[in-house]
Amino acid sequence: MNGGGLLEREIAFLDALRVAGIQVSLAEVLDATRALGAIDLMEREQLRQAFSACVLKRPAHRTTFNTLFDLWFPPALGDSVAAEFAEEPQLDEDGDPMPADPSVLRELLKQLLLEGDEEKLRKFARQVVSDLGRSDSAPGRQSWFSYKVLRSLSPETLMASLLENLLAGQEKGGLAERVARQTINERIRQFQEMVESEVRRRLAEDRGVEQVSKNAVQPLAEQVDFLRASRDDMAELRRQVFPLARRLATRLTARRRLGRSGRLDFRRTVRASLGTGGVPIVTHHRPHKPHKPELVVLCDVSGSVAGFAHFTLMLAYALREQFTKVRAFAFIDTCDEVTRFFTPGGDVADALARMSAEAQLVWFDGHSDYGHSIETFAERYPDAVGPRTSLLVLGDARNNYRATALPTLRALVQKSRHAYWLNPEPSAYWGSGDSATAQYADVIEMVEVRNAVQLEDFVQRLLPA
Amino acid sequence: MLQPQFASVADVKERLHGAGYLTDDAIATTVFLADRLGKPLLIEGPAGVGKTELAKSVAAATNAELIRLQCYEGLDEARALYEWNYKKQLLRIQASKDDDSWDEIHDDVFAEEFLLSRPLLTAIRRTEPTVLLIDETDKADVEVEGLLLEVLSDFQITIPELGTIKAARRPLVFLTSNATRELSEALKRRCLYLHLDYPDAEREKAIVLSRVPEVAEQLAEQLVRTVRALRSLELKKSPSISESIDWARTLVALGLDTLDEQAVKDTLGVVLKHASDHERAATQLKLN
Repeated sequence: MNGGGLLEREIAFLDALRVAGIQVSLAEVLDATRALGAIDLMEREQLRQAFSACVLKRPAHRTTFNTLFDLWFPPALGDSVAAEFAEEPQLDEDGDPMPADPSVLRELLKQLLLEGDEEKLRKFARQVVSDLGRSDSAPGRQSWFSYKVLRSLSPETLMASLLENLLAGQEKGGLAERVARQTINERIRQFQEMVESEVRRRLAEDRGVEQVSKNAVQPLAEQVDFLRASRDDMAELRRQVFPLARRLATRLTARRRLGRSGRLDFRRTVRASLGTGGVPIVTHHRPHKPHKPELVVLCDVSGSVAGFAHFTLMLAYALREQFTKVRAFAFIDTCDEVTRFFTPGGDVADALARMSAEAQLVWFDGHSDYGHSIETFAERYPDAVGPRTSLLVLGDARNNYRATALPTLRALVQKSRHAYWLNPEPSAYWGSGDSATAQYADVIEMVEVRNAVQLEDFVQRLLPA
Repeated sequence: MLQPQFASVADVKERLHGAGYLTDDAIATTVFLADRLGKPLLIEGPAGVGKTELAKSVAAATNAELIRLQCYEGLDEARALYEWNYKKQLLRIQASKDDDSWDEIHDDVFAEEFLLSRPLLTAIRRTEPTVLLIDETDKADVEVEGLLLEVLSDFQITIPELGTIKAARRPLVFLTSNATRELSEALKRRCLYLHLDYPDAEREKAIVLSRVPEVAEQLAEQLVRTVRALRSLELKKSPSISESIDWARTLVALGLDTLDEQAVKDTLGVVLKHASDHERAATQLKLN
């Protein structure tokens, strides 16, 4: 840990934020400093809030901010406050000073999860980390692990008995159980986060804050690669689809409004000229009719790239009003139209589930076959691609060394107005192994879309002003 | 110029509570800082979490007058800042006698008397405590943000004919936004930022109880838990606090004292406003 006063610590903390990708301007640093003078520095939550009000301007950055704040302004030092909970188990152990008996702690944890008192839970987390999380990695060196704590307490397995207690005689199944389950899950997750943050704090004490803060920060959901996204990441992304679509739509309308207006509106101009004695000083124009492309999405929904395809389909449907028509086709080794699953106002996640269950996507062995899929698409839906169509192909072009159907794709591209291939693989891997990217890139523009940010950029380019 | 209204964070909490707004540490600290540093406060968050309500409650708690500028597409200077009352100006010119010189009329016509003050100018010129609420900033066009910059950073407005008008007393400024679009960095930099999210279970229960005192504590607890379960589903629009409150009112009006499957099924329309959300909640919560 570096020494120095509050100001040094503040600057170092703000620097760590910058390293983690949160932009902090000099003006904001000054604000934060002035804010520190106004609040009660002994109140840690006030301090946190003062910083967040001055420098944190995007909700997506909050987790990163909290993680770093807990590191740079830790709630405690060493074991200092841990003694409180040690009393109860100590009595059980006949005055033994080492109370680290997991079964007793588990019972205690169960009680705390049932009560849901955040402050007590936090103290408990602090104690169990110092009891169970330590491991002597080398003589004279110790390390801290959250998995050791979470494994020996395994809070998830407490679910059944907690559920019993919380339901208190109400029948199982149905609403009451679902609600109780939700409450418990929330508390367990809270506890896990507390343990992890506590472990980071202990690590930071041993190794220095800078070291730990580098590894502690997780990338933002919108910057997570589609191909590596975990289930939680995907859920978070799905939650962001509608806000993202709304943002894109407003930005587009703003851009359109700034552009040229359309033909002269004679009636309104004459009407307005009455106010200026019949002289048409101000002319009025009809609003410019924006060109709305037809969108045809042809997407690979095989296991490896399904997450990417789902997200893009959801976004395409959320942006439906920006296009005259959206048609979606999915394929694994053969192709089927899936437009029918996406009804206006319907639930998109549901549509995706039905799509994978009902559409005819497998013909031979269920491994990606781009060649056959493209052939089928061109053969069965010859009217899908026309001169007003923007064609999007989604997939990683990992073709299992099969035929590529290049001439067919070339014909499709020539028939369409625009055609793009969105590839969720990093461009460095294109063409390696069974990837047919290099061949396809000759006939269609290949775009790297690894994460939501890149997708957003692409959609903006696709939609004309 | 700067006359802080609140003595401490605890003071903010207490007085807002008195005005019927339950805060947590985050809200209270940020409001306190906005008041202390004399900076505008940008509040972002989903619809119905009490952004506008916070501004109103601060106005009530400090005995300040609330001046509200509702933003919408096409809002311009003439509606936000000031406008010359040209009809009155025309009258003045027509009523003038022939021997009035042009200079005289010119000076006369561009005087205070002919100025129509709009919310921003009104707020700047007031000498009593004022809370200026700029509501739904994200709905306004991007140009309006430029307009706000001068007002929010220097608390002054320049009128070419009259000169620069400085704030006699800084108003407490609240901007709210639903984040339908990203506000410009320049605007964000000038503001303190508060992200209002759905509150934790404890506070939500307290809010429901304080807003709908008729509801039994047991029912409020059940209701809050159910709403939280609904929020954990992937819905198009998650229910917000105002919907929890509406739900509590509905249950009270129907005379229900427990929230079982049938009750939820019958009144789900109060909290979920999309057909697809309904279906999803019904299947996931096994209401059928």
